[in-house]
Amino acid sequence: MPEWEPVIGLEIHVQLKTRTKMFCGCENVSGESENTRTCPVCLAHPGTLPVPNKQAIEWTVKLGVALGCEIASRALFHRKNYFYPDLPKGYQISQYDIPLCAGGKFVVPGPDGDRKIGIVRAHLEEDAAKTIHVGGSGGRIAGAEYSLVDFNRGGTPLVEIVSEPDVHSADEARRFLQLLRQTVVELGISDAEMEKGSLRCDANVSVREAGETDFRTKTELKNMNSFKFVADGIEAEIRRQVEIYEAGGEVVQETLHFDPGSGTIAPLRSKEEAHDYRYFPEPDLVPVEPSVEMIAAAMDDIGELPAARIRRLETEVGFDLAEGLVSSGRDRLYERVSGDRRAVANVVMNQLAATGVDPEAVNGTELAKLIAERERIPRAAFTEALERSGDPGFSADDYLGETAISDASELDPVIDKVLAENQAQVETFRAGKEGVLGFLVGQVMKETGGKADARVVNERLREKISS
Amino acid sequence: MAITREDVLHVARLARLEIPEGEVDRMRDELGAILEAVGKVAELDLSDVEPTSHPLAVVNEWREDQPRPSLSPEDALANAPDPVEGAFRVPAVGS
Amino acid sequence: MIDTLRLTAEQAAGLLESGELSGDELAGTYVEAIGERDPELHAYLHVVGEPGNGVPIALKDNITTRGVPTTAGSRILEGYVPVFDSTVATRVKEAGLPLIGKTNLDEFAMGSSTENSAYGPSRNPWDPERVPGGSSGGTAAAVAGGLAPWGLGSDTGGSIKQPASLCGLVGLRPTYGTVSRYGIVAFASSLDQVGPITKTVRDCARLYATIAGRDACDSTTVELPEAVAVPDAEDLKGIRIGIPKELNEAEGIEPGVSAAVAKAIELAESLGAEVGECRLPRSVDYGLACYYLVAPAEASSNLARYDGVRYGFRAAGDGDLTALYSRTRWEGFGPEPRRRILIGTYALSAGYYDAFYGQAQKVRTVIAQEHAAAFEDYDLLLSPTSPTVAFKVGDKAENPLAMYLSDLLTIPSNMAGLPGLSIPCGLSEGLPVGLQILGPQFSENLMFRAGHALEQAIAFDFVPERLRA
Ligand SMILES: [Mg+2]
Ligand SMILES: [Zn+2]
Repeated sequence: MPEWEPVIGLEIHVQLKTRTKMFCGCENVSGESENTRTCPVCLAHPGTLPVPNKQAIEWTVKLGVALGCEIASRALFHRKNYFYPDLPKGYQISQYDIPLCAGGKFVVPGPDGDRKIGIVRAHLEEDAAKTIHVGGSGGRIAGAEYSLVDFNRGGTPLVEIVSEPDVHSADEARRFLQLLRQTVVELGISDAEMEKGSLRCDANVSVREAGETDFRTKTELKNMNSFKFVADGIEAEIRRQVEIYEAGGEVVQETLHFDPGSGTIAPLRSKEEAHDYRYFPEPDLVPVEPSVEMIAAAMDDIGELPAARIRRLETEVGFDLAEGLVSSGRDRLYERVSGDRRAVANVVMNQLAATGVDPEAVNGTELAKLIAERERIPRAAFTEALERSGDPGFSADDYLGETAISDASELDPVIDKVLAENQAQVETFRAGKEGVLGFLVGQVMKETGGKADARVVNERLREKISS
Repeated sequence: MAITREDVLHVARLARLEIPEGEVDRMRDELGAILEAVGKVAELDLSDVEPTSHPLAVVNEWREDQPRPSLSPEDALANAPDPVEGAFRVPAVGS
Repeated sequence: MIDTLRLTAEQAAGLLESGELSGDELAGTYVEAIGERDPELHAYLHVVGEPGNGVPIALKDNITTRGVPTTAGSRILEGYVPVFDSTVATRVKEAGLPLIGKTNLDEFAMGSSTENSAYGPSRNPWDPERVPGGSSGGTAAAVAGGLAPWGLGSDTGGSIKQPASLCGLVGLRPTYGTVSRYGIVAFASSLDQVGPITKTVRDCARLYATIAGRDACDSTTVELPEAVAVPDAEDLKGIRIGIPKELNEAEGIEPGVSAAVAKAIELAESLGAEVGECRLPRSVDYGLACYYLVAPAEASSNLARYDGVRYGFRAAGDGDLTALYSRTRWEGFGPEPRRRILIGTYALSAGYYDAFYGQAQKVRTVIAQEHAAAFEDYDLLLSPTSPTVAFKVGDKAENPLAMYLSDLLTIPSNMAGLPGLSIPCGLSEGLPVGLQILGPQFSENLMFRAGHALEQAIAFDFVPERLRA
């Protein structure tokens, strides 16, 4: 069996959170009644003309700088012509051969060094409207009786980021995407929420035998709306292609839809059978020439980027925790909390994250006190304190008065009971799988209502099992 | 410029124009004559010439990101051939 | 009693100012004249007869007017009532000019005779057997026929200059970018420009001053470098005038047209202008081909929005979305838009872009360069506006290529974004001949000055002979 190397390029659409749409003054908001955020321009009434949103251009430049792109000295808007009801003008205003940003490198730190993912381009365009398919099966196009078009989203600004085919695994794709998302969020230009569609990802996937230099036929996986689905979808597509090649078949170039429910991949009906978009320079818009000042302002406005922060935190807490903290945006809280770095990172990434408390609302000094004392106080008290840690006026002292049960004579009867009831796990432990100890500790905690001192329970359990 | 029936039908499909079967040949003849006339531009060697897409040398025209009122729901749908519940209805996308 | 055939906008303004006439009386007089002569001329698609205190105005029906139907002469916009005003309509309103009505045009401004209107052709007031030119033929017929003191047209390849010429009027195609296109039903965006059609150059300057200037809704507009000056000079001293050989000797120029233009050139010299010959060889040789690639390409995209979804005509019948689109568009568009959409789609499509659209854009550069060179030596250029006088209704209707030649002389400068003024310079076979005055970008004031001086010297009577009392 040959070894297969996946070759993956990502195409990411990011909705900018400007106040208004890309080419008209309608508000850029979601959740409003149908067609109440529309005007003659975004409904493409005869004679109406686009006027670009300066903020959207500045933000695209800022993103381009953050992605290490070259900013075009003179960029053009083009028309991309095709018919679809979500496209009121019959063309999308986009960018073609001279995008605002091109030729970047996005650094994705990994456990064994940096991966540099090439950025082909980042360009600015307008989003399509929303089409609701009525009748048929569950809002899908197939079998629908008719469709309703709502132009509220039509014409909102969208940045399209296209990567080089530099990604070589589903997991790498997920990590790239997560870090890119975090970067976009920190730049303050988008909410970038995949579930809400403000961050959308398509993947071009092909595989080749290790050592091959040419690319084989790629397929395009459309619109996977969570990080997990992106990884799962790519994984499934890689498997599908490998199976085809190993069975002596050929991969067909097509657009595919990944169904996360069943884990299956099926061809997607294409919007236009013949892809001939007839791009030409948008005559209603003049060229954009980002000034030196605009680019300098963008640079000034960019803080330490997530990738750099991962590397910095890695020396304190190891790669996995560093990446986790930064990609989830929890590293700012981490930096505000003093104390043992690993302990702080662990609590912020795990127990605190599990509570759903907004990390930005947490008082770092109080959390530091709590973490320093976490071994001494009952686990239940610690958990409750974490749940309250985002409340205004939260004080760790309210929870530090409680002490855990560390008296062995008080704990022994409970431990004996748990051991008696879980003989199978005890045997497993004796057979060398010490990981099962955590389960037994948990049972003791449950019996004591979380008040037992975990350290003492650990010690006593080991003693009793091996005695 | 020899333009074929298939060319005409392909372009008509791209442009979403349903040419009745009986008019395709006439259309091909008309388009062929026009394309031959305009094809004259190919006579010039313009490899060193920059294209002009905008007649005026203006750049960086934009607006501030300030909201303006949208249309009322009545006005938004005032001219709609088939308005349904505040939206524009169209037949199923089909195959 | 007012003679609307003779009354200029400036004179009308004078009557209103002096109180000799109320605005309502004036508007009423035009509505009466429309009742009398429009059945023959068919200049109007919608008569509004708005009351008001200013000089009433006619607007070409591709100029969007809130609450007043705007069809662009097409069936596909039948029944369309805009919910917004174009910028020029707003400016005209703000200047207090009441709307008389919306005038006929070739469908989507595609044509040179107004015969391509889905609502029937307009007629030339000089001879109703003949076309008024186009595509702004409705506005020209209205002004020449005394059905409006002045009006606005739009010009892509010559659609203001040519009908002004054929109807014995003054027409200005302004410098690209000086008049907002917001709300002008788009034909070819990089060429479309709105401008006045009037009886005199002074009226023309006044109306241009009303509509020109940067508009925040059209990012291709610019502020005028200097205020519009209503002309009063009667000489051409110090003005260098070039006579482009190719624009004056092109094949197809009728002898009567050449003779009238030659006389005007002699007059220019006698008024003090320095006159010399210049060349625009490739502009005239390749201008038409270039235009008939660029304009249809842009049109094919601009007309994609007419799909029967948000407004306008929708074809009856069952079927899926693609069927609805394709039937709506075939039935909604007339022969000329269909032709241009197909040509434009072809010129932009994969494999043909470089040879057609891309090459045409380069030809555009060459044309601009040739004109720039001519304007190094000359302040203004003169030529006939149209190779012919008004032709008979039906004469060219079946031959698109022959029709396209009507704009042979107006197209080159349009491709370069330059302004052009057409003024009447005499008659040939009893029909008006237009003189085209071309200048560099933003030279409207100089063109007005020259146009006014020549107009005084030529002393053309703009009232159609058959209608003179
Ligand atoms: Mg895109
Ligand atoms: Zn809008």
